[in-house]
Amino acid sequence: MTLPASIGMTADGGEPGPVIEVAGLTKRYGEVEAVRGIDLTVARGETFGFLGPNGAGKTTTIKILCTLASATSGTATVAGYDAAAQRDEVRRNIGLVFQDTTLDSYLTAEQNLRFHAELYGVPKAAVLPRMRQVLDMVGLWDRKDSLVSTFSGGMQRRLEIARGLLHAPHVLFLDEPTVGLDPQTRSSIWAYINELKQREDITIFLTTHYMDEAEHCDRIAIIDHGKIVAMDTPEALKASVGKDRVQIQTADDATAITAIASTFGIDAAMHEGAVTFSVASGEQFVPRLFAELGVPIRAVSVSRPSLDDVFMSYTGKTIRDAEASSSDAMRQMAARFRGRH
Amino acid sequence: MATQTITPAAESALVESIRVAVPEHGLRHDLRAVSIVWRRELIRFRTDRLRAVTALVQPVLFLFILGTGLSSLAGRGMPGNLDFKTFIYPGVLAMSVLFTAIFSAGSIVWDREFGFLREILVAPVSRASIVIGKCLGGATIATFQGVIFLALAGFAHVPYDPVLLVTLVGELLLLAFTLTAFGVMMAARITQFQAFMALTQMLVMPLFFLSGALYPLSGLPGWLAVLTRIDPLTYVVGPMREAVFSHLNIPVAEQHLLAPGLTWAGWPVPQWLSLGIVAAMGLGMMGIAIAQFRRTE
Repeated sequence: MTLPASIGMTADGGEPGPVIEVAGLTKRYGEVEAVRGIDLTVARGETFGFLGPNGAGKTTTIKILCTLASATSGTATVAGYDAAAQRDEVRRNIGLVFQDTTLDSYLTAEQNLRFHAELYGVPKAAVLPRMRQVLDMVGLWDRKDSLVSTFSGGMQRRLEIARGLLHAPHVLFLDEPTVGLDPQTRSSIWAYINELKQREDITIFLTTHYMDEAEHCDRIAIIDHGKIVAMDTPEALKASVGKDRVQIQTADDATAITAIASTFGIDAAMHEGAVTFSVASGEQFVPRLFAELGVPIRAVSVSRPSLDDVFMSYTGKTIRDAEASSSDAMRQMAARFRGRH
Repeated sequence: MATQTITPAAESALVESIRVAVPEHGLRHDLRAVSIVWRRELIRFRTDRLRAVTALVQPVLFLFILGTGLSSLAGRGMPGNLDFKTFIYPGVLAMSVLFTAIFSAGSIVWDREFGFLREILVAPVSRASIVIGKCLGGATIATFQGVIFLALAGFAHVPYDPVLLVTLVGELLLLAFTLTAFGVMMAARITQFQAFMALTQMLVMPLFFLSGALYPLSGLPGWLAVLTRIDPLTYVVGPMREAVFSHLNIPVAEQHLLAPGLTWAGWPVPQWLSLGIVAAMGLGMMGIAIAQFRRTE
């Protein structure tokens, strides 16, 4: 038996080029402008993350890409098809995992997958092996005959990921894939997603408001108030915020501070009992430090700016502040609404 | 069309994945969608036995409690010493599919509230195939429900004649289809299950009472005669009663008295037209439901 050369792709897949292309996308719900002009491209095989607080326009954008909503203006192309004009073609080529469960809890895991296979027209002979493969991947093959209503939240999410992959889509959309799950389950979901990236030729587009999850992405777009405020690799975004923080402990701190100023032209100061300064690429700077400082160094620590710092520097607030203010606004709106009656 | 290469599960443990090419849109794909939506209804009906039992309660109450009680009053005056239970049996049989058909359509509202509807609506299949599958599924399980009640025919002195049984099942299927289509049409617009239940409760009893299930449709006051002719259930209960009576040993004159046949302002409506009206209504409402599900956000 020969193994297929091109894996998990239809015959038309295979050409390089962007898998998702979005230009000038806007979406208006009455007075509210949920998405205010978004441009982005996602390359084949990339894991692309949409990072932003709740209400920033992440879910609206994903809905437009998945053909569930129409854009007010702008274009969106997914897997080479227009998300507005070629809905069925787009739908055939994408897998979806929503924030809220979309499983039928009265059916078994296998019945849910069979339902999906039939709706997506998966060739009959491929259904069983493919079902076994995706269920194995998320560790649920031995539970295939159990009713979904007996599954925990984490198991349901895993089953949904398996179902989203059943028809071998080119793009997998994950809308807040770990929201509402405990930290341990969240990390196991990420283990499955990372394994999936290894195994399948697939582009992943996900939204999240967890900073640590965005770290798993090849590239991130930070979205705030319906606009992309920054887009790059997590590393580059963090580098753009500036500098790593270096802390050293030396035999003679005062001399070290003077030497750093004279040798490298960097201002250092004592913080938390250590000589502390900021520098662009901390890791590359440390060897020079050892070679040229002239003061014996006992310990070094280099810390990177976090994505929290990145979010803060582009939006002027932390993601938690942003969420608090959006839920405040909701409360105010609700209060006004109640006041009217 | 689809190309496919299957690797055994053992080999798939490699980095390789099963090659799946989802076919272009076509009639065969749509039929598979119709079939799976239909099968899901059957699976859920089979696993939810309690529902089948509870759906039987109301018709059984009507037939045995109301039927027996009223026959002590009406029995002496009934032409040909006919048991009142026999008279109301066709109508109560229609009722036995009424709830099941409309509630099976109501599961759309339930699915919407619990998210599963989204899984269906993002699939690359036509809305029509989903609605058709749903209508056929609801029609099938409601007919099953009717068949369970049909097993009790002997208690109402209705003979288990094969021709009669086949006729009744066919008419039940038609009625169940139309009622499901009606329910699906309503469910397309209603977002809360409770609202759907309330609406159903409000509509089901008038439909039943106006259908002539409990009384003959001749000699009614004008306003009531008009209302009974608007009720779609009337157009099935009439033919079902005629089918039952034609298999009983009653003189023709009394048959005409009890099952006078439907008339529009004195013009006798033929059975084929009566059933044709029901089918046309079902198809029409299904068409409206498809149009409603086609609209996107």
